[in-house]
Amino acid sequence: MSSHSSAPRRTSKWAHSPPEHRNRRAVLLRRAGDALLGLLLPVAVLVLWQWFGDAGRISPLLFPTPSVIWASFLWLLETGMLGESLGVSLARTAAGFGLGAGLGLVVGLAVGLSRVIERLLDSSVQMLRMIPHISVTFLFVLWFGIGETSKIMLIAKGSFFPLYIYTFLGVRNTDNKLFEVVRVLGYSRFKTLVRLVLPATVPGVMLGIRLSLAIAWVSLVVSEMMGSTSGLGYLMMDARAMSDTPIVFVGIALFTLLGKLTDMLVVYMERRLLAWRGS
Amino acid sequence: MSAALLEIENLNKSFRTDSKSVQALRGIELDVREGEFVTVIGPSGCGKSTLLRIIAGLERGETGTVKLSGEPIRGPGIDKGFIFQEPRLFPWLTVEKNIAADLSLRKPEVRSKVDELIRLVKLEGFAKAYPRELSGGMAQRVAIARALLRKPKILLLDEPFGALDAFTRAHMQEVLLDIWKHNGTTMILVTHDIDEAVFLGSRIMILKPRPGEIRGQIAVELSYPRKKASTAFQEYRYRVLREFERIDELAWGESGAGI
Repeated sequence: MSSHSSAPRRTSKWAHSPPEHRNRRAVLLRRAGDALLGLLLPVAVLVLWQWFGDAGRISPLLFPTPSVIWASFLWLLETGMLGESLGVSLARTAAGFGLGAGLGLVVGLAVGLSRVIERLLDSSVQMLRMIPHISVTFLFVLWFGIGETSKIMLIAKGSFFPLYIYTFLGVRNTDNKLFEVVRVLGYSRFKTLVRLVLPATVPGVMLGIRLSLAIAWVSLVVSEMMGSTSGLGYLMMDARAMSDTPIVFVGIALFTLLGKLTDMLVVYMERRLLAWRGS
Repeated sequence: MSAALLEIENLNKSFRTDSKSVQALRGIELDVREGEFVTVIGPSGCGKSTLLRIIAGLERGETGTVKLSGEPIRGPGIDKGFIFQEPRLFPWLTVEKNIAADLSLRKPEVRSKVDELIRLVKLEGFAKAYPRELSGGMAQRVAIARALLRKPKILLLDEPFGALDAFTRAHMQEVLLDIWKHNGTTMILVTHDIDEAVFLGSRIMILKPRPGEIRGQIAVELSYPRKKASTAFQEYRYRVLREFERIDELAWGESGAGI
């Protein structure tokens, strides 16, 4: 009886859901196939690289083979140097990104919500944004010293702008027609902010976070290479001075991996928060 | 005659563009009793949407008075439900949350009212769907449910089915009549579709453009549900059409130019 009454409901619901819900197994198989296809090229490159290296066709100093790099990685792991450097770098990024992105979010919201604040701040912020990032690195070291502060400030400076811009845009892109709807629904100014403007800004904020994170990683590498005594970037600079190229490669691989992992995390968050947009 | 729920007296409204002022509404007089279904029909540019927006409090009239339950209208609010031509749902909220909007579904009385409205607008099974998953007609039904949850004294509909295809439109008209019969909500619906005006209205107001003026009203004395193919229905259609022809002739006579 009960199954009878729920059956038509389900069909009507399914008729409107995207096709990928219809057959989960086929989808998983297709995804696995896609992943394998995507891996084909990188794996081929690694195999060729190793093969050319073993055959003595490429310089072991300039292009150490994957197996040598892997051995370096294991050695760094065992001595604990990798863990320590990674920890220092992650802490810097977290602090710098938290500071810069947090400020970018707050200032972006304020500028988006108030025309007065926009006129007061936006042109100055846009000018500061044009200052080449790398060019101020030395200044930051001079001002804040070679310790943590200069790194965190540089990362914060880099992370600030994308989130600022996309939060601002997100606020301003709120559908004007919906403002009329909330007036008819009798929303107060506060309710309009919390229940209309903020949700409408989430897509912009998520995009801003992705771009800010990418800049945060770049800023970390730059700051650690310019003047530092710890962290992954320092490890790479130190190895470069010793012509220990495998460690440089380990560093590059790790930065790539970290960037990719954090980006995947944000994309995952985006999918959950913005499920209403569909894929 | 019982006291009117909505009283409009000598309402005037004009819009100023850069150089000139265009009179949108002139000398509008309209009383709507509780429980009435008034349809307002006129060609585009006749100020019918402006009239509705003034009643909703979204815009202000220049002179004249507009009173709801004896109180002058000061601004928009939940006692005046408004349905726009587009559904205007919050895209990030599911159907049931769109209907609840700022009210919490965790409150049992809200929950039960929302469930009841979902049944009334025939959206069972779609409570958890997002607006992008809905057809235009379904989305507009969500918008109607959202307005009805606030128990408005009057529901104002601004060409609500104008963007829908003919079949969906006919279906929506029936849904709206069901709601009207079930809730007894007073309604004013603006349209440029003569069939729609005759099918829904207990009274039809005819607006002429430039400036927007009421040029006639027709009480439709047909019982619901009305049959569009019936002779009596066609009679009313012709009466509305004749009113428009009279307006056309007047326009020719007055200015020598057509509409």
